[in-house]
Amino acid sequence: MYFESVGELWRMAGHGPYVWSCYGLFMVLLAVNVLHARSERLSALKQAKAFIRRNRN
Amino acid sequence: MAQFSWHMPRWFHQMGSPKWFYNFGGLLQPWFALAAVALLTCGMVWGLAFAPADYQQGNSFRIMYVHVPSAILSQSIFLSMAIAGAIGLIWKMKIAFMVARSCIAIGATFTLIALVTGAIWGKPTWGAYWVWDARLTSTLVLLFLYAGVMALNQAISERQIAGKATAILAIVGTVNIPIIKYSVEWWNTLHQSSSFSLTEKPSMPAEMYLPLLLTVLGSYFLFGLVVLIRTRSQILQTQNGASWLLQHKDISGAK
Repeated sequence: MYFESVGELWRMAGHGPYVWSCYGLFMVLLAVNVLHARSERLSALKQAKAFIRRNRN
Repeated sequence: MAQFSWHMPRWFHQMGSPKWFYNFGGLLQPWFALAAVALLTCGMVWGLAFAPADYQQGNSFRIMYVHVPSAILSQSIFLSMAIAGAIGLIWKMKIAFMVARSCIAIGATFTLIALVTGAIWGKPTWGAYWVWDARLTSTLVLLFLYAGVMALNQAISERQIAGKATAILAIVGTVNIPIIKYSVEWWNTLHQSSSFSLTEKPSMPAEMYLPLLLTVLGSYFLFGLVVLIRTRSQILQTQNGASWLLQHKDISGAK
């Protein structure tokens, strides 16, 4: 590791808040995109199944 | 209008088949997910904890490993969206319109991340969160273009017409892409020029640019993953009652 300790990794000689907030934002917003796409897929699957059930009876 | 008679390879027309795209996309999806998670995790851990600090900027330069991929993807996705839209218009391919639609939200997200991480990086480096500089302003315009494309796409309920309108706006909007790219050369700017290029040897040492390569590639896979999931959902929504779908294992319950 480049840093001597985990504390230093966290503080990054004063740049910690800037760096960590950027990485956090990157991960959270991308995860939201994937999760939203995933939930859209689950509801599309549900709809398609319901359509088949309706038309079978 | 005369029909296009260019001879396109077989795979090109196969891609226009909902059944083929749904099945092939389903095969690719888990690999894209795996590649995205592995590349992004390695790149970010490397960039955060192992890459050496920049001799001028100190540790704030680590923001580059999330800022640069977001900026690259914000432009690549806009171009992909315009190309998909153009394919939809020329070959009347519905799948292409679906792909273009799937690009909007993820493209806008990368643009927003590029702008916000750039602003946060600006504070310790330039002393200001925002300056009305050519690179920053043209990227803000890109975010507005995404917002316009999204609004237009959602305002029209008939999918085919929405697809056409979106494609035209996306194609016109690509005018902004070279403006962003060359803004750092055309105007005096605070923003540094490109740190990364496909054609030139990087100006950074390997332990600084390799993590960047990983996060850029990981971001491309993540974009691909989201487009696959979203396009396949749209296929499910529009192919109600198609016989291939009735028998598909995703629907008939046999897991």
